[in-house]
Parts: sequence; structure tokens; C-alpha cells
Amino acid sequence: MPPTPATERAPPTTARGVRVSISGLVRTFASGSKVIDGLDLDIAAGSFVALLGPSGCGKSTLLRLIAGLDRPDGGKIVRGEPASPPRTPALAFVFQDAHLLPWRTVLENAALPLELAGVGRAARHDAAIAALSQVGLTDAMTLVPSELSGGMRMRVSLARALVTQPSLLLLDEPFAALDEMTRQRLDDQLRELWGKLGMTVVFVTHSVDEAAYLAERAVVLSQRPARIVLDRTSSLPATRAVALRTEQAFSSEAAALRSALERGGA
Amino acid sequence: MRALRAVLPPLVALALVLAVWESLARGLSIPLYLLPPPSAVARAAAGELPSLLSAAWVTARAALYGFALSAVLGTGLAIVLSASRPLERAIYPYTVFLQTVPIVAIAPLLVLWFGPGMRAVAVSAFIVSVFPVIANTLGGIRSVEPALRDMFRLYGASRWATLWKLELPSAIPSAMTGLRVAAGLAVIGAIVGEFVAGFSESNAGLGILILSSYRQLRTDLLFAAVLFASALGLLLFAAVNLASYVLLRRWHPAASPRT
Repeated sequence: MPPTPATERAPPTTARGVRVSISGLVRTFASGSKVIDGLDLDIAAGSFVALLGPSGCGKSTLLRLIAGLDRPDGGKIVRGEPASPPRTPALAFVFQDAHLLPWRTVLENAALPLELAGVGRAARHDAAIAALSQVGLTDAMTLVPSELSGGMRMRVSLARALVTQPSLLLLDEPFAALDEMTRQRLDDQLRELWGKLGMTVVFVTHSVDEAAYLAERAVVLSQRPARIVLDRTSSLPATRAVALRTEQAFSSEAAALRSALERGGA
Repeated sequence: MRALRAVLPPLVALALVLAVWESLARGLSIPLYLLPPPSAVARAAAGELPSLLSAAWVTARAALYGFALSAVLGTGLAIVLSASRPLERAIYPYTVFLQTVPIVAIAPLLVLWFGPGMRAVAVSAFIVSVFPVIANTLGGIRSVEPALRDMFRLYGASRWATLWKLELPSAIPSAMTGLRVAAGLAVIGAIVGEFVAGFSESNAGLGILILSSYRQLRTDLLFAAVLFASALGLLLFAAVNLASYVLLRRWHPAASPRT
């Protein structure tokens, strides 16, 4: 590890994240085709893992299985319990599109998970304001989604995920639809939030650069049925900024992931 | 300027049609009872304005009652059907029956069951207009984005919360489309209902006025009554359109209605 100046943020110290253990996971679609066939993966508490793979390889299915939105046909997934049992769901999911409710303001959208969990109005608004300030959206609280840009909508979606203070944050190609600049900004913001909040993050992407830039650990999956081609701990420094994307260390990191992706049959 | 450009072409077309109609009816001396010229229709409308207005009010009330029944019962049935696929498969085919039933044929039944007058006419308006409400509201609930359903499930939303906070608001745009169609149909249903069932009341609706003008060969008055009936349908349609615009303008910019 290179020496880090005192002003820069250290990797998570107050680990609020949970561990996720996956063993012998099997998922077969109704058509009979195996999407996942005996997958083992252990995700450490508080880690930032990127799941990288070609389109249609089953990485989204894997994420949905971890979230409990889909049931495995074999094997099991054990999600650790958070250190202090929360009042609200410990898990949050960010979809490929922002998926906001168009009739609600930004504030009401961000507060929705707490509303569904039965948290009182004042408390959930306070929490939503805190979550929105974490993504830099406090100025937009009274707007509705149709008045926001694509990047702002995604940030509201992120705030909605953070509002329950999840110990496990699952993201399914969340920034794929955004332009390059917005995407980089959100990548940075996500890493910063992870550094500050210390939840476990599982980030699904098909972008080699995004996986290399974001994650502490990248898991490259093969074409269907998904198996692990490469499980690599990043050699990049904990503190990352846009300039890193042009450095040699980043290029070699990305090259390693890219060649694994090609081996897996992208 | 843009508004003028939108309004001008149909107005010019209307003026042309009226001019040709007027000159043909006069030039060929077509008998008044066959095709009265627009001027004669206008004279009849002006002369019989009080009875036209009171007839229109009677019809409007029946159509509004029928429309309100459609809105409430149609939406309610759509919610019930959306709760379970088997239930939808069992019931939905019979709602199509409401769409296809020849209302003139069952209107005598309505008189038997509800008595002649307002009630039977309102039920006729209801039967004719309820199907688009059911179909569109159900379609709207069914087409909620799967990712949003997943999100509600992930956060442990109850069936009730999912209905109120996700399904019904999502269905509003398409429910409004159903209501717009239902508005026009309710007026048609009321007039057809009046043909058969609208006799008992001292103050008759537009359907009765149309029938009696026909029997007296007052074709000018018949035309005026038809015009009033169309205007009534348009008015109700415009009211639903306005309500839909006010409801949706902020959150569904793409879905806001065009008039």
C-alpha cells in the first residue's frame, strides 16, 4: 500500500457490512437451461466486490438470488446478520434504471423504504434528507423525477437505497445508461459512500474499466452457466480518483480482468 | 398564433360544409322534413331552447350517474380482478359481455327491473360505458414495472401498501384513458336508454325529444337535439380530459392528454 496523506479517506474501519457466503448455488430456468451451476463465492463483511461478466451470463440472476428476489434450485446463500439488528431492512438493491415513482417528490421517493417499513413521517423525512445530502441532492428535494436529469434520478435511487442504512448494498449495472462523465462522478461518489459507511457492496457490471476502478475485489464470470474465471484482489490504492484511470497500475488491472473475460467466452 | 392555426382549419371546413349544405337544401328545394338547412336548425334550436336545455339536463344527469357508476364499479372490479390471475381468468371474459350486449335489446329488461325513467336510463349508460374502465384500469395495474414490484417486495410492503402506493398510482394514466372513452359512451348509453326506458318522467331527455321530433317530422328540431347530444358527450369528455391533465401534468409529462 502506498502511503496515504492524513487528509485522504482510509478504507472502511467501522465495518457495518455483513458477510455473504454462497455455496453450491444452482439456478435453472423454466426452459431447462442452467444459468448458474454450482457456484461458490464468499464475500467478506464490508468488502466492495465487482461481479463482471458478459451480457446474459447470469450475473444479474446471481444478484437477485443474493437479494432473495429469486430462489435457488440448489445450494445456499447465507447472509450474515448485521452487528446491531436494524429496525429496517438491512439490504438494499439498486436497479439498472432509477425506477423512481414519478408521482412522488425526490424527498418522498427517498423516504419510501422507511415508509413501507412503518417509520413515522418526521423520522423518515429526517433520514431521507440525510441520505439525499450524502448524494448531494438536498437542493432538489421538492422536485419530481420528470424534472431531473438521468444522473440526478440515479442519485435519488442511490439515496433511496441508503436511507435504510443497509449493511448489504446490491447494485445491478446501476450507471450503465448514463453518459461517461456522469458515470465517473457516480462511481467516485459510490466509493466515497462505501468508505464512509462501510457496508458490503456487490456491484454487477459488464464494464471492465468500471470494475477495475471501483472494486477491492473483482470476480469475473464466464458465459452461461456462470462459473468463476478469475477472482482477483485489486492492487490499486484504497484512495482512487479520476487521474488513476490513466495510470499504468490501472491499465494492467483492467488488462487482467479483460483477458479473464475473454477466456470466459465473452 | 399557434392556437389560431390549430382552430382555424376545422372552423373553415365547418363553414364550408354548412354553406354547401345551406345552398343545396335551398337550391334544390329539398323538403324541410328530409333535410332542413342549417339556418332552419339554428332557428329551431333558438326557438325551442328552453325544452332543449331541460332535455339536455335530464340526459346529462342520467349519463353522469351512469358514468359515476362505471368509474367506481369499474375501478373496483379491476382492483379485485388484479388481485388474482385465476379470478381474472374466471371473470374477465364475462365483462366483455358488457361490451358486446346490444343495449337496445336488453333495455326492456332494465325497465322491468328498475322501472321506467332515470334509474333504468342511468343503468343503460353504465352498462355501455363500464367496460373500457375495467379493461384500462386492469391493464394499468398489470403493467406496473417488474423492478418496482421487486423493490416493494424487498422492502416488505404489504399487499395493501402495494395497491395504494404503487399499483393504483401507476394505473392512473391508463385508467384516465378508459374514463375518457367511457364519458362519450355514457351519453350514448343514456340516449339509447331513453329511447326505450325514458318515458315515465314528466321532463323528457334528449332521446325522447329526438323520438318525438321524428314522429312529428320536425326534422329541424331533431337535428338540434342531436347537436345538443353530441355537445353533451364532448363536454363530459373535455371534463375528464381536464381532470386527467390536472392530475398528471407534473409527473407524467409524456402521458398528459392532448385535446
